[in-house]
Amino acid sequence: MTTSLRIAYLPLTDSAVLAVAREKGFAEEEGIALDLVRATSWATLRDRLVFGQVQAAHMLAPLAIAVTLGLSQQPAPLAAPYKLNVNGNMLVMAREFAQALDPDVVARLDDPLGTAHDFAAAIGLWKRKPVIGVVHRFSSHAVMLRYWLASAGVDPDRDVLLRVVPPSLTVEAMRAGEIDGFIAGEPWGSAAVDAGLAEAVAIGERIWRRGVEKVLAFRTPWLEENPQAVDALIRALVRSAAWCDDPANHEALAHLLSQPHLVDQPADVIGRALSGRITARADMPPVDMPDFLLFSLEATPFPWRSQALWLYSQLVRWKMVEHTAENAAKAGSVFRPDIFRRALADSNVPIPGASMKVEGAVASPLAVGSKRGELTLGPDRFFDGRVFDPERIEDFLASF
Amino acid sequence: MRIVIIDDSGLRATVLEEGLREAGYDDIHIVPPRGGFVARLERMAPDVVLMDLGSPSRDMLEEMLSVSRALARPIAMFVDQSDESMIGAAIDAGVSAYVVDGLRKERVKPVLELAVRRFNAFAKLQTELDEARTALSDRKIIDRAKSILMSQRGISEPDAYALLRSGAMNQGKKIVDVAQALITASDLLGGGL
Repeated sequence: MTTSLRIAYLPLTDSAVLAVAREKGFAEEEGIALDLVRATSWATLRDRLVFGQVQAAHMLAPLAIAVTLGLSQQPAPLAAPYKLNVNGNMLVMAREFAQALDPDVVARLDDPLGTAHDFAAAIGLWKRKPVIGVVHRFSSHAVMLRYWLASAGVDPDRDVLLRVVPPSLTVEAMRAGEIDGFIAGEPWGSAAVDAGLAEAVAIGERIWRRGVEKVLAFRTPWLEENPQAVDALIRALVRSAAWCDDPANHEALAHLLSQPHLVDQPADVIGRALSGRITARADMPPVDMPDFLLFSLEATPFPWRSQALWLYSQLVRWKMVEHTAENAAKAGSVFRPDIFRRALADSNVPIPGASMKVEGAVASPLAVGSKRGELTLGPDRFFDGRVFDPERIEDFLASF
Repeated sequence: MRIVIIDDSGLRATVLEEGLREAGYDDIHIVPPRGGFVARLERMAPDVVLMDLGSPSRDMLEEMLSVSRALARPIAMFVDQSDESMIGAAIDAGVSAYVVDGLRKERVKPVLELAVRRFNAFAKLQTELDEARTALSDRKIIDRAKSILMSQRGISEPDAYALLRSGAMNQGKKIVDVAQALITASDLLGGGL
């Protein structure tokens, strides 16, 4: 029997796992007919999910938490049993702003803390506040940008102007001079670099080595009522993600995503994030960043509750929500490792035994216990060396 | 009640504005979602904002609404969870609305219903236009294929058409596809017009 599922997505490189699940037949093999519904704004994607026009969505992880906490229009409990990717963001700025930073772009990207301080020092020299585009108030991009700016004493709500620009309009907004730079998911940073409008200033993966990005979000009641469909979809996505991460498939994947009904950008621009060969400035040879965007490696899809709580801590830090035990519990419960485990119970995929970990504590690949054999956790450090203990949110918040 | 329509398509906005005026609303403004539209909107202090659900600028508008003081706590219109069919109709039609909190639902409902009807009417018009445009380009392709046949084989126009038609029938294809194949082949062979 075939189950039909409608899933809303935004045309971004990190929608790859969903696109491949359909186009390479992984969904079909699990008995799922996948109907991918393209949205052009996060607001519309959210409404389609919240009001039941789709069963699931390719959603910004902080947005799923914000909707659950009632911070983004109609409140609805959402559940994310699967992470579609980690990393994949890039902060780019117009040349006149990038000029204040280390002219050696590779050194600049390798040292986010130094770059943040250079940026902070230059703010006074520019005649006006820099205007930086973020894709949404509740985006991982905005959260990381704020974290990066604040590390050098820049108050993101006072010293710069953060302006919401949907991903597909970022390059146009740069060209029109409406923004001085932006942080967005690929391929948009690369597209702005290619157009000669901007150069790379910071890479998401260098800010948080394993930064949570998009999740597969469901309405919680629907998730609870449809365990078979949810489990089948997760199994299909796990196989699709492995396919997407395989270097042998990167070229084919870039071509697949370049189609007009998917990302609709040139395959060679999309391919950079996939292969981790990033053009940081139009006149430079590509820089190697193998972990620029990950779909499958090291149990990437596993939704650690501690990651949801880290995102929550940042929403609290920027006064978007008040910290209470109830809010923390709601935010943490958006990530559903229990569902992930249930879906893959009969598979040979190694799954972490724990649901929480101290975030930012792993400096180099670490072998850990799992339900089935060896699992390696990738480095997950924050560039400023902070660690987040999910059992001690108050202490973490007090440290800022 | 001040209503602002945010729309890229001048025609659709006009279709909607006309409908609202006929229904007796007269404080209506159209703002295209470009440049500093958010600041402009803020100065207008509308009671209801109508927007195309498919416009990427919706995220910018919503951000403005969440930080603005001009519109007191605006809420998305399909918050009326009691009316599932209305939510569905609005999303299918591609209409989103933001309404100042406190405005009575029964006052806003007719506005949204009208917007849904007009957006649907516009979408139908658009489809018909697209079909007409396709028909026009189909005819051009067929005309070009006919003239290739007429000059290459020295036959009359009706005969050329009959030839295309029987070719299409034999292959189970549309005439325009056979015509397109003929043009491509003719171009490749250097025998085009």
